[in-house]
Amino acid sequence: MTAPHRPEARPVRAGQAPVVAAVAAGGGLGAAARYAATLWWPTGPDGFPWTVLLVNVVGCAVIGAFMVAVTEVWSPHRLVRPFFGTGVLGGFTTFSTYAVDIRHLLGTGHPGTALAYLAATPLAALTAVWLAAAAARRALRGRHRLAPATGSKGGARA
Amino acid sequence: MNWLLVVVGAMVGAPLRYLTDRAVQARFGPAFPWGTFTVNVAGSLVLGLLTGAAVGGAAGSRLQLLIGTGLCGALTTYSTFSYETLRLAEGGARLRAAANVAASVAAGLGAACAAWALGGLL
Repeated sequence: MTAPHRPEARPVRAGQAPVVAAVAAGGGLGAAARYAATLWWPTGPDGFPWTVLLVNVVGCAVIGAFMVAVTEVWSPHRLVRPFFGTGVLGGFTTFSTYAVDIRHLLGTGHPGTALAYLAATPLAALTAVWLAAAAARRALRGRHRLAPATGSKGGARA
Repeated sequence: MNWLLVVVGAMVGAPLRYLTDRAVQARFGPAFPWGTFTVNVAGSLVLGLLTGAAVGGAAGSRLQLLIGTGLCGALTTYSTFSYETLRLAEGGARLRAAANVAASVAAGLGAACAAWALGGLL
């Protein structure tokens, strides 16, 4: 997703430095929060990875509501979305740990747990982002006039 | 010290995701979220390699925090992956939405498994 006034996929320019810095700062914060969650709620090496599942589901719910707010309701400062959406939420959630934990569970003789985790994460994540976006639209409609939704333009910087 | 390693790794991984996504989108366009797909598969590959190496004793816990928890954790993302899938589905591209999920999970897991085996040889 890209703000409508910004042309899609321009080459990176010097003016991008504050955006890159905002993404880096947010990413550091998000990853620290994820690390904290795994320290506070450790899951056994061969158990179901509940903590990372919850981290990913919470991050997906928050981005669903956040993106509705910043693309359909408010026009925040241009660094808000890179900092919070791309940085904090992108750093908080993780795909690599998801993939490697499945490999670990398969390798330690827990194919059932591996399969359950493999299916449960995308199911719960997609349900979370969908419900949160819908709930945010309902909650924010009426309080603010909804601007027409911008087109789906994707981007890991969401 | 552990916290610092995670944060420093993430402060490299997150902007690397942003810049990679921009570059991939510029090349392939916005019809399919190839940028997020690329970083998720690449991050799964690097973390698989690192974890395979760690199991074999070739990578220590500090390297795992810096490169694994920090860099790979922030390079990859589940939130944007889910959000982009939702946008595809909401825009009527349900087949592409399903393909994004299936391809990301299959390629990410495949990369993690292959790289883990390779890391075990280190």
